[in-house]
Amino acid sequence: MSLAARRARYVLKRLVQAIPVVLAIVIVNFFLLQLAEGDAVDVLAGEAGSATPEYMAQLREKFGLDQPLPVQLAAYMKNVLMFDLGYSFRHDMPVSELVFDRLVPTLLLMVCTITLAVGFGIVLGLLAASGLNTWRDNLISVFALVSYATPLFWVGLMMIVVFSLRLGWFPTSGMENFAAFHEGWDRVRDIAHHLVMPVITLSLFYLALYTRLMRASMLEQAGMDYVTTARAKGLTERRIVFVHILRNALLPVLTMAGVQVGALIGGSVIVESVFAWPGLGMLAFEALFARDLNLLLGIFLLSALLVVAINLVIDLLYSFLDPRIEVG
Amino acid sequence: MRFWKLFARNRSAVMGLVILAAVIALAALASVFFPDDPFRLVGRSMSPPGENGFLLGSDTLGRDVAAGIAHGARVSLLIGLLATTVAVALGVVLGGVAGYFGGWIDDLVMRITEMFQTIPSFLFAILLVAILKPSISSIVIAIAVVSWPAVARLVRGEFTAMRNREFVQACHVVGMGDARIMLREILPNCLSPIIVTASLMVATAILIESGLSFLGLGDPNVISWGFQIGAGRTVLRSAWWVCTFPGIAILLTVLAINLVGEGLNDALNPRLRER
Repeated sequence: MSLAARRARYVLKRLVQAIPVVLAIVIVNFFLLQLAEGDAVDVLAGEAGSATPEYMAQLREKFGLDQPLPVQLAAYMKNVLMFDLGYSFRHDMPVSELVFDRLVPTLLLMVCTITLAVGFGIVLGLLAASGLNTWRDNLISVFALVSYATPLFWVGLMMIVVFSLRLGWFPTSGMENFAAFHEGWDRVRDIAHHLVMPVITLSLFYLALYTRLMRASMLEQAGMDYVTTARAKGLTERRIVFVHILRNALLPVLTMAGVQVGALIGGSVIVESVFAWPGLGMLAFEALFARDLNLLLGIFLLSALLVVAINLVIDLLYSFLDPRIEVG
Repeated sequence: MRFWKLFARNRSAVMGLVILAAVIALAALASVFFPDDPFRLVGRSMSPPGENGFLLGSDTLGRDVAAGIAHGARVSLLIGLLATTVAVALGVVLGGVAGYFGGWIDDLVMRITEMFQTIPSFLFAILLVAILKPSISSIVIAIAVVSWPAVARLVRGEFTAMRNREFVQACHVVGMGDARIMLREILPNCLSPIIVTASLMVATAILIESGLSFLGLGDPNVISWGFQIGAGRTVLRSAWWVCTFPGIAILLTVLAINLVGEGLNDALNPRLRER
């Protein structure tokens, strides 16, 4: 079989493997909805202010809420497959529309954060490992320990105090200055200006994680036989570190980047609500305040699917990066 | 005392232990230092630190920030410990059964664990607390539900590695039951990695709790550090101290627990012992 065909089969296999996870997530979502007090009809009746028990029973029949659980579950799954995530009564809009509107700002925030955290994490980990037990290593380790222990929302608030309120370098909240009517490059620059503090805040925790991981990974690789071989061949230390060790040490860091995407979404709820960044996390915060459970569940479902999708992509990327991983 | 010697070799772990002891003392003596209810309005609102008799200032309503921190220490430590206990119990049972019996049980438990690790855990915790209504018990449940998979994986690995060892086979030969072998024979042999993981989980649980109560999902009847910061963020411009000090309390506590956890790892991990 050709390599291309084997790759295609691997992609297909991974896709099939993701299906049970997605199904399980949908089922968990359904049961969470059941767990909540009251159903959609109670909400509707509450919004309307007046509803007779007969009318409510009629509505339940119309929505299929009087059906046995398995039937309701099947109906729910059918809806989810068609991207119908229910209706947000607070926003008076379908949940799917609301959620997709807010997806782009969150993705922008996450992509920038991952790039910054992984990039700097690799550099810092490399610096720490190459100067093992010197002041440089100790300083980086202390930095990693402290950022690992700091709550994200507090870092965000402190950055607002220092860099927005005292120094006035960055805006306190939002994604762009709508009043200025920026267009083209001005708008891009404006968004980038707003992006700086949320990205740094969200990166800190993950930066610490990747730094520690990269340091450990470098140290582990440095003890391998191929390094001894390279040294015996008379290669320079610089070449050994950058060409031989670095490449192998990168792999676990990349895997971790995939695993952490789920955690990153959790962090973005906090960071977005601190900086009023108009993404999914901010929407979740608003939904929480309005007790809009349908919307909250929609966000949860979409972000869980996002994690599955990103992990799939990383797995595939990985098989290209490391030919030793069996394809097929 | 051999254990203490090993632990004390790691100086930062000893420092962590000192800070942690101070936090525990603060929590224990909160009612002695600050006999008033931390929610009570005790003086001029928005007093800066050191003025009007407030060591760390007062908030928008005139509540004492320092009293809130002292009483909040109780809540944070309590929730951290409870949630970790529940998560460890859940993880040990599920992971132990999966590793000991293997086969389809193992497959099933591992698939469930994988699913839980895929789900964005903080968002899941938010949902659980929102649905169960905020209270100490719902927060503990939510944190435990999102943290047990790590323990389950660890315990499963240990049990899988041990189930065919000679001492376990000997137990089978003398006719011991499965439950007794698992609890009395295998479990004590993999206690050290569980203790290390659990100690680090307490730190994570405190961070999750502070995040939840920052978002307004804390138990409304008890004061907590996250709540204080969440309540103070609206007056960030005029009263920075309301947010700042509770955050430092979280940072120090979590840092101390992490340091102690690493110290325990060094002391308990036999592979590193003769370093």
